[in-house]
Amino acid sequence: MEFFERFAIPHPDPMIYASMVAIVLVSIAIVAGLTYFKKWGYLWDEWLTTTDHKRIGIMYLISALIMLFRGGADAVMMRVQLSSPEMEFLNAQHYNEVFTTHGVVMIFFMAMPFVIGLMNYIVPLQIGARDVAFPRLNALSFWLFFAGAMLFNISFVIGGSPDAGWTNYFPLASNEFSQSVGVNYYMWALQISGIGTLMTGINFIVTIFRMRAPGMKLMKMPLFTWSALITNVIIVFAFPVLTVALLMGTFDRQFGTSFFATGNGGMDMYWANLFWVWGHPEVYILILPAFGIYSEIISTFSERNLYGYKSMVASMVLISLLSFFVWVHHFFTMGQGALTNSIFSITTMAIAIPTGIKIFNWLLTMWKGKIRFTVPMLYSVAFIPLFTVGGVTGVMLAMASADYQYHNTMFLVAHFHNTIIPGVVYAMLAGLTYWWPKMFGFILNERIGKWAFWFNVVGFVLAFFPMYITGLDGQARRMYTYSESTGFGPLNMLSFAGAGLMAIAFILIAYNIFYSIKNSPRNVGDDPWNARSLEWATHNPVPEYNFAITPEVNSSQALWDHKKKSHTLFKGKIDKIHMPNNSGIPIIMAGILFVFGFSFVFSIWPAVIIAAIAFFSCMLYSSFENDHGRYISAEEVKETEEKFGGAKK
Amino acid sequence: MKLKWTLLTFIFTIATVLTGCEPLLVLDPKGPQAQTTADVIWISIYTMAFIVITVLVLLIIILVKYRASKQDDDYEPPHIEGNPIVEGIIVGIPILIVIFLSIVSVVSTYQVETVPEGYEDQEPLVIYASSSNWKWHFSYPEEDIETVNYVFIPTDRAVEFKLYSHGPITSFWIPQLAGQKYAMADMVTTINLAAESAGEFMGRNANFSGEGFAENTFNVIAMPQDEFDSWVEDIHATADPLTEDVFDELLEPGHLGQLAFTGTHLEFSPAPEGEHGGHNHGSSDDTENSEDDDHDESEHDHH
Repeated sequence: MEFFERFAIPHPDPMIYASMVAIVLVSIAIVAGLTYFKKWGYLWDEWLTTTDHKRIGIMYLISALIMLFRGGADAVMMRVQLSSPEMEFLNAQHYNEVFTTHGVVMIFFMAMPFVIGLMNYIVPLQIGARDVAFPRLNALSFWLFFAGAMLFNISFVIGGSPDAGWTNYFPLASNEFSQSVGVNYYMWALQISGIGTLMTGINFIVTIFRMRAPGMKLMKMPLFTWSALITNVIIVFAFPVLTVALLMGTFDRQFGTSFFATGNGGMDMYWANLFWVWGHPEVYILILPAFGIYSEIISTFSERNLYGYKSMVASMVLISLLSFFVWVHHFFTMGQGALTNSIFSITTMAIAIPTGIKIFNWLLTMWKGKIRFTVPMLYSVAFIPLFTVGGVTGVMLAMASADYQYHNTMFLVAHFHNTIIPGVVYAMLAGLTYWWPKMFGFILNERIGKWAFWFNVVGFVLAFFPMYITGLDGQARRMYTYSESTGFGPLNMLSFAGAGLMAIAFILIAYNIFYSIKNSPRNVGDDPWNARSLEWATHNPVPEYNFAITPEVNSSQALWDHKKKSHTLFKGKIDKIHMPNNSGIPIIMAGILFVFGFSFVFSIWPAVIIAAIAFFSCMLYSSFENDHGRYISAEEVKETEEKFGGAKK
Repeated sequence: MKLKWTLLTFIFTIATVLTGCEPLLVLDPKGPQAQTTADVIWISIYTMAFIVITVLVLLIIILVKYRASKQDDDYEPPHIEGNPIVEGIIVGIPILIVIFLSIVSVVSTYQVETVPEGYEDQEPLVIYASSSNWKWHFSYPEEDIETVNYVFIPTDRAVEFKLYSHGPITSFWIPQLAGQKYAMADMVTTINLAAESAGEFMGRNANFSGEGFAENTFNVIAMPQDEFDSWVEDIHATADPLTEDVFDELLEPGHLGQLAFTGTHLEFSPAPEGEHGGHNHGSSDDTENSEDDDHDESEHDHH
């Protein structure tokens, strides 16, 4: 009995029990459905063991959308709780768990897979490659992310959610102040998915450096690929810091060390420093690909080449460098003195310069253009002013003396949502809509998409702009309640209304996917948007080998040159194509790591040791496995090309 | 188009709310430090409003002028790589703005980190403010009194708050007097401030510290020096002494309400500064070090 008691939730609640029942029912339904329709074989062969970057990309995107709704539900719960003074919808402990989960899910399990999913699908196509450099490693990256996400998501029904905030500051996150296993879950879920992300970083750097089509020099890469390259370089430099910090945190909590616990010479702010040394570059890991997506979309729908391509690239490189020199601005209030704060204040504000250049370049790309207001373009157009507001409030926060007043308040919450939602989330929605025909061969319904867009934008402004004001009026973040005398009530009610509109927007987006699968015309052709870059030079949806003949490129907008300057993309003739084999090893290894993480969370050491042995056995097996991939014969390629509507010229 | 107008309306509404009716706490300063931060905030709001409006106006003009529905079907947008003069401007102007704001930021940061202007000659009133889950303890070593969850300060006098924590990191914040600073378990940080008008101000912990965080607040009452002195005498006449046992009970997680004692806890449970600091293990003198260790152990036995 005692063994099972530790799996109980420390702070039970009817909503949690309801979720437990829902999780069990949905799992049974999925298993029963797959068995009834005899889809297990299909699922295993075509998806779970795939090494195809496109399918892995789609799995990332599906996971990201599901997590968007998970994190969104948390957000709505928080807005309900704060909608009026002395609300009794959630208690303090539950609220703390909800905002912690919201932060972790949205950053690690929504934004990251969304970004990486789009990179997976699009980057190899944009550079004219057949797959990424290490396809099996790519599958392992995905499955490690997925294992981490699942481990995190079961925390609230088995053992309890983490409750120390997504920043997880010590000593609050130490055993002394957070006794449930929640923070252990945090450590291992992020550790496992973080290692997956690190491998993605290495994989994409190699892919982009080594596998570009002939003629595509670095300065002839499409901007999204540039943003992906820079992002992955940041990943490789930033994520090891997180890995080490999480491991030290695990040691503090489970093996009695005191790196971060005060007393015995430990230092609480040491965690905060390590966390943000990773955490601030992480912000740019999310936003740079978004910049890349907006650049593609704005250029396509303005029917203009991107203005100032070179300065766009240069400013991204500059941002990536500066992102490592600003972390202290997350705790100007630590008491490190005016000199340190002044230095970090200036480095932080300096980021506004390259960002400003980008904003003006986008404006100048639209200048003299021919602007079509499709759904992806609407999101990009809304992004420009909204992100500018987010950016300038960032500069306000960067002024150290004023930050003493903004720090830890709703002003800060408004600022970072103001950058992340119009910056990252809109970019993901825009990118998803833009590349949807690339992935599935039909366009998402524009009418429903536009409705969703307006709900999203109006909801966003209503939900987050009032927080700037309540922040300046003294509303600290992470407060689960407030009294009527504070006067925060009306503006928080407005935020709640805005959150409601945003919820409608995301429901509309989900509905649009179902609606369009059923109703959208399938004959949209291979270039439905009149686009410019290489990914649109192959069929929609893309055959598994991407390009029947490797394209030859002479600028960053190869397809446009093909259309307007009669540049020949595909020289030579169809030949046999070398492709990677499927492999079950990645999903098995991730499954083993899931067991490892779960057992570690509950300190079940025998299971930890067995899982570790199994994991290294898999690595050993992979090392000695002889797998040289397979060939698709020229005839088969020709046949497929015919099926897709004729070979490309 | 609708979007632009909605946005404009919102920015306008926010501007009116910010300037109109009831002033927001942070923008309603009652002392020189908060006055400095409020001034900086206003400077930055004006500068930033200029940028946002510029971008918005440019965007609206471009969207209206170059939308496809207004143009000939056979209009083909030109290919423009870039222009050194235009790019010079879009790099130059942000640089100038950042230089201006950097100067404001550095100067004001030094200002709020030191004793407020005009109070340099005074001997500041030193108050130790330490947080425990989820209370604030205010120790007046000079006056030899201690309060919980409320603090009296004299007006027109430099006050030096020495901050530390008996638990998680907290952030000491009185919006109308000064910005925040962290209180941590292993070191002491300092806030210099002064109140220039009498009154009652909201103070709170702004850094999430667990279950009781929302109610982790305190009251600040500023009054002229003579009233302050008689308040101190009053406490000495009426309050109970703070013993170690009583203090240990106070540290238990909870909220407590407002309390006052004579004596301070600093006598038996010193603040983590000097030889009691959390990182005091670098002393070159070994004997001194071992004395410290003995001291720590004997302290531990008391518990």
